[in-house]
Order: sequence, then structure tokens, then C-alpha cells
Amino acid sequence: MNVALIIIFGFLVLSLYLGIRAKKGKDMNLEQWTVGGRGFGALFVFLLMAGEIYTTFTFLGGSGWAYGKGGPAFYIIAYGCLALIMSYWLLPLIWKYAKEHNLMSQSDFFVSKYKSPYLGVLVSLVGVLALIPYLVLQLKGLGLIVSTASYGSISSTLAIWIGAISVTAYVMISGIHGSAWTAVIKDIMILVVVVILGMYLPFHYYGGIQPMFEAVDAAKPGFLTLPEQGMSVSWFISTVLLTALGFYMWPQNFGAVYSAKNERVFRKNAIVMPLYSLILLFVLFVGFTAVLQVSGLKGPAVDESLLRLSIQTFDPWFVGVIGAAGLLTAIVPGSMILMTAATLMAKNVYQVFVPSASDRRISNLAKVLVPILAVVSVYFTLQGGNTIVTLLLMGYSLVTQLFPSLLLSLMKNNFVTKEGAFAGITSGVLTVAYITVTETTIGTLFPALPPAVKDLNVGIVALFVNITVMTVTSLVSRRTSKVKEEQPAA
Amino acid sequence: MKRIYLLGLLPFIGILGGIPFANRVTPYILGMPFILFWIVMWVVLTSGIMAVVYKLDPANKEEEVQ
Repeated sequence: MNVALIIIFGFLVLSLYLGIRAKKGKDMNLEQWTVGGRGFGALFVFLLMAGEIYTTFTFLGGSGWAYGKGGPAFYIIAYGCLALIMSYWLLPLIWKYAKEHNLMSQSDFFVSKYKSPYLGVLVSLVGVLALIPYLVLQLKGLGLIVSTASYGSISSTLAIWIGAISVTAYVMISGIHGSAWTAVIKDIMILVVVVILGMYLPFHYYGGIQPMFEAVDAAKPGFLTLPEQGMSVSWFISTVLLTALGFYMWPQNFGAVYSAKNERVFRKNAIVMPLYSLILLFVLFVGFTAVLQVSGLKGPAVDESLLRLSIQTFDPWFVGVIGAAGLLTAIVPGSMILMTAATLMAKNVYQVFVPSASDRRISNLAKVLVPILAVVSVYFTLQGGNTIVTLLLMGYSLVTQLFPSLLLSLMKNNFVTKEGAFAGITSGVLTVAYITVTETTIGTLFPALPPAVKDLNVGIVALFVNITVMTVTSLVSRRTSKVKEEQPAA
Repeated sequence: MKRIYLLGLLPFIGILGGIPFANRVTPYILGMPFILFWIVMWVVLTSGIMAVVYKLDPANKEEEVQ
């Protein structure tokens, strides 16, 4: 056991302790456990939302992409900002409706708006499907952090198990109150660590940020911009748009919206959060510094770039602090994800088919599902060979399919029927699944198209299929239901 | 739809519409390659724009009165 590991495990114990303390004296029914009793003010909602944004994905994935792909990694700074603009108008509407109807989850929203419990089941399943890669990437990050910080003495497989067990214990003990408290420590730590790394490393190795970029540009011309082909300008635009639309479609982000005290919380956050998102800039600086200093990381290994560079630069105790910050960025979102997925399965899938189940039974089932989902994710983590960002983009393509029918349901005159929403979401998700499994790109589907069209993010294609099917089905089902209504009269 | 809400479209135009023109390394501004600076500038502007929208939005004033 070295100093780095002792520090990392120290923080793990501390976060578990805070989780347990948060639970004390509170009666934990399902609403308390998941939406925190709808009593969180601006700061807590801000932290919970920020907790979702600044995950392992940012910490390791962001620097990994900067290291491995260069310019395309800039998309990470752009999309959050656009999502936040939409949040100003979108979230108050969602929050208000949810409060009036006492909703607890994202699929409750669809059930209530479209008057269809089975649409809720579909939305839940899409949510869980998208959450699995998201949880996998958190566990992958945890595994990397612990095994790297142990200087090889703990294998990454063992580290992944340790991570999964801690996240599970954490969620089962404390629910959302624990997440909020740990989010406070996590955000302070990640802020400090990332700024220190992002400022210190470029100065230490190159004497400044601009000299660092110039050295990278000289060694690898074109690396700092978007390439002509592949992850080109049109890839950038379509990816930023897709991820911005999907941002609040994640079931756990949707759930965090419910925990706000009032709707102005969101409008205020839309002003502050863009600035807060600039922390990501420092993560990118670390990744770009690593380009010429850490050699030979390829494929999924690019996610190690931040940790490798830290190890070769700092003393073990500081590596421990970095690792602890990384650990918290995985545990807080990881616990939110696990809790959300378990609640969705219990309440929005199981209860629909067994309506007689008591609230207590549902609540217990949700808690039993937590370790099961954790094990499933560990399985995929040990299997997979994708980078953290690739996993995230896959999840995004899935949840974004919920956006069209959600947005239209907020309109006064919604032309989409429940059949339309059902068909649209299904066709969108199937398109994503097909594209992912067969590794199709627009280029392989339509080789004759100009490169600008070929490079579009495939999630956009799925979204297009989704909207088309949704519209056609809605119009047809509307007409047939009208005919049915008129027939008895005639 | 209130007219000040249209301000919210500016960052979309700036980031998504501007990127084909901003996709270059030089000139370096504040130590960053131009493309990165361009995006960062829009993030900062977004915060300002949303502050203006918040100030002018009648929806927030109504609640304050309550």
C-alpha cells in the first residue's frame, strides 16, 4: 500500500461516511430516496447537475481525447454551453409539470403527457440501455485510477470490482442526499486539481500554454484543428447539436431537475454554468501537454494519458490527491446513474406489469436491483475495448431519441399521438443499435455523397428516422381514431 | 415568444455557424489556438447573454413580486 492508494481509499471512506450521515434522521420513502423531497435550492441542484457534467468522462476521457484525437476534443467545451441555453426555457416547463403531477422519474413524464403507461416502459428501457455504457465508463475510469495510482500493484480488474462495490454500497445506504453531499467535496477537489494540473503541466514542460500548443502544432501539423475528413467540421456541428439536445434527456439529469425548489433555480444556473464549464479547458490543456510527453498510448489506452503524465511528474502523495478527485468524479455520477436505473426498472417497468405491488415492495425491489445492475456493468467493463468518450457518445445517441416527443409534448397543441411517440422512439433506437453493431457510417451507407454529409454524426440520422416515423405514425393514428369516433355516430 | 429570447440563438450561430471559419490554429489568442479561443469566447459570451435575458425576462419579475 503506497501513499497514493492510502489517500485514495481515505477519500472513499470519507464519502461513504458522509453518505451515511446524510441519511440519518430522514425517513427514506421512494421520493426521499430519489428526488430528495423536492427541496433542493439553487446551489444543490447546481452541484447535482454539475456532478453529472464533470464525471470521469471529463477528467480522463476529455484529456484522453485531446491526447488521442486533438482538435475534435474541443466539442466537449461547446455542447454543454448550448445545452444550458436551452435549459433556461426547457427545464422550468418540465419542473412545473412534474411538480403539479407529483412525478418522480423521466418516464412518469411521458406516461402523464401521453397517457400511456407502456410508453413509460419504453422510455425507461431506453434510459437503462443508455445508462449502462455511462456506468461502464465510470467504472472503467475508477479501474484506471486505482490501478495506475497503485503503481501496478492492484490489477485493473480488481480495481473495477472495488469501484463497483463502493458505488453500490454508497447508493444503497444513502440515495440522493449522499450524492449531493459528496458532490460538494467532489466539485471543490476537481476544481482545484484540474486547475493546478492544467496550469502547472504546460508551464513545467513547455514554459507556458502557447509554447505547448506551438510545440504540438510543429510536431503534428493539423492536430489542433478539425481534420478535412472524418471528424471534420460537419462532424463537429452535428455532434455538438446532438449532444446538446440529448443533455437533459439522460434520466438522471431529468430526475435532478425534479429535486429543485423552484423554477428560477434553472434560469440562474443557465448564467453561471457556462463559466463553470470552462474548467474543461484545463483538462484539455493536460491532454495536449501529454501528447509529446507520454508516448505510445493507443486505442482505449489514451484515457490513461492524464494519469501517466501525473505519475511521471508528481510525488506519490499528489498522485493520490489526483486519484481521489478522479475517484469522486466517478462515484457521484456513478451512484446517481445506478439509483436512476434501479428506480426506473422497479417503478416504471415492474409496477406497470404488476400494478398491485405495494410502494414498499417497489422500493425494496429498486434497492435489490442496484447490485444486479452493478454486476452487469462490471461484466461489460471487463469486456469492452472502447474509449470513454466513444461510450458516452453511444449513450447520447440513444437518449437523444427521446428529445422530439418530449419537446413536442411541452407544446400547447401537440400533434404527436402516443402511437407516434412509441414508433418514433423505437425506430430511432433501433437505428442507433443497427449503426453501432454494424459500425455503419453515413459514408458506408451512401458512398457517393460529398464528404461533408458523410462525416455527419450517425445519431443525427437516427434522429431524422425517428422524427419522420413519429410524424407519419401520429398523422395516421390520429386519422384512424377520428374515423372510429365518427363511425358510431353515423 | 418574447423578442429578447432571440438572443439565445446567438451562441448557436456563433459556435455552430462560425466553426467552419474559425477552424484554424493562428492567430493564437490568450495562448490558445484560434479555434479553441473562438469556442471559449462564445462560452463566456453565452453567460453574459443569459444574464441579460434573465434581467429582461418578465417571467422572473412576476415571481419576485409574489
